[in-house]
Amino acid sequence: MKSSLHNKQLMTGNEAAAEAAIQAGCRFYYGYPITPQNEIINHMAMRMPQVGGTFIQAESEIAAINMLHGSAAAGARVMTSSSGPGISLKQEGISYLAGSELPCVIVNVQRGGPGLGDISPSQADYFQAVKGGGHGDYRMIVLAPSSVQEIADLVYDAFDLADKYRNPVMILGDAQLGQMMEPVEFYKPAKTYLPPKKWALTGADGRPKNVIKSFYPVKGELEKFNRRLQKKYRKIEETEVRYEEINTKDADLVLVAYGTCARISREVMNKASKIGYRIGLLRPITLWPFPKDALRRLSQRVRTFMVVEMSAGQMVEDVKLSILGRCPVHFYGRMGGGVPSTNEIINNILEVLPKINAADSVEMIEI
Amino acid sequence: MTEKIMLVGYGGQGMMLFGRLLAQAAMLDGKYVTFFPSYGTEVRGGSACYHLIVSTGEIYSPVVEEADTLIAMNQPSYIKLKDFMKPDSLLLLNSSMVNVEDPPQVKVYRIPATEIANELGNVVASNMVMMGAYNYIKEIIPTHLFLNCLENALRGKKAALYEINKLALERGENYVRNGNLISLPAE
Repeated sequence: MKSSLHNKQLMTGNEAAAEAAIQAGCRFYYGYPITPQNEIINHMAMRMPQVGGTFIQAESEIAAINMLHGSAAAGARVMTSSSGPGISLKQEGISYLAGSELPCVIVNVQRGGPGLGDISPSQADYFQAVKGGGHGDYRMIVLAPSSVQEIADLVYDAFDLADKYRNPVMILGDAQLGQMMEPVEFYKPAKTYLPPKKWALTGADGRPKNVIKSFYPVKGELEKFNRRLQKKYRKIEETEVRYEEINTKDADLVLVAYGTCARISREVMNKASKIGYRIGLLRPITLWPFPKDALRRLSQRVRTFMVVEMSAGQMVEDVKLSILGRCPVHFYGRMGGGVPSTNEIINNILEVLPKINAADSVEMIEI
Repeated sequence: MTEKIMLVGYGGQGMMLFGRLLAQAAMLDGKYVTFFPSYGTEVRGGSACYHLIVSTGEIYSPVVEEADTLIAMNQPSYIKLKDFMKPDSLLLLNSSMVNVEDPPQVKVYRIPATEIANELGNVVASNMVMMGAYNYIKEIIPTHLFLNCLENALRGKKAALYEINKLALERGENYVRNGNLISLPAE
């Protein structure tokens, strides 16, 4: 979409996430303070009364996620947000939301872990978000923005996706994206066709009662329900994959990175091209569903991949599963609040690239 | 044009406001801009460091790894962050609070920002003195846009502070214009 200058505002990623939620029709927000996402709570506390919504600073993260359950069951657009330790506390609630097929949006502004960790940027909650930190065979749609504008855009989409599939959606950011200020513009959300929430608990006056539950004690019923859930997840995998691919044609090496690391990788591409290396980037925007087909396709012509993350290498597993061993997958990462620098990444690329050239010369000798 | 700036000082010296207003003004000037506070769990009085990038093109990484300009308001922050400078960097020191030898290969301006602001009757305006000096040297944004943003930021009860901040900005600009204080890169 084309943007115009005078509609732009300078905002932190956290504020943009909160404002976009309001504009997407979210009227219920429940949260508990934790750095580095407190600007979301601040903004919600200020804005909700202005739009006739409800803001509650809950007594704990667990209370907040269960308040979400109630409002979602009543058919409202509802959001919560937290960071690492708080998101861990919410896992039981997220499993119940997925098991009850309730639409909601959860924002995780990742900080360094494990444990209380620190308040610096991190991407070490990938496994928790993508593989499911709660119990049971559930999936959560996970969106990974890499700029303040994209945070706003993806929050709109998150509410639509949640309603479309009756499923929790997570926005997976990090301390840097949350606290950074960039110009942002709020587009009026496009009217997506969404089915009416006939399942919601709105008072069974003149209609048969609705039941929201994740409990199936009769033998066989729970398996039947799980089959239906899996069918829904396959449909999401077929329909909702998003990614950005830059300069992958003729690349010597393709970087795979999301969020803040994708921004740094983009800078690496520019710097590397100045010293004669052709580096491409595949940036997953949906972490689940993961862009595995795009990576599989790329692996037929790319000779090597390097995953860059602020973790010990959690997304590496999904990249490897996608390309099925067709080419080597390298990794460079920083942990515990460390942010990779462009020079660190370039040095790692240079260590890997001569090996590719060596492999080339072997081929030539064989010919 | 891409200008990567690091703003460092004690929490409370106004580096956040300085950066935010400069970023806003640059945005209104049609530039791309990112502004990123990089801080730990420090309490008030700890070092605060802000990464600000202004560019005519899209900005990829918002992290400043090498600063085109370092603006240092106090000594501990300067010592902590001086290694982010490169050979042709510009260094603006608040000479009221930083007393160090010139680093090699860097163009240094020493501005007694705290003293100037104090003379004006509001020590908190030292950030605006530095902004005036900086923008006079680098001409990153038209001054009137910055003043518009300042006026917007100082509304209601704070409106009375606009004039003194504007004055501080002019004093910083004049201080450099009058040509004191430049040390050219030492070979």
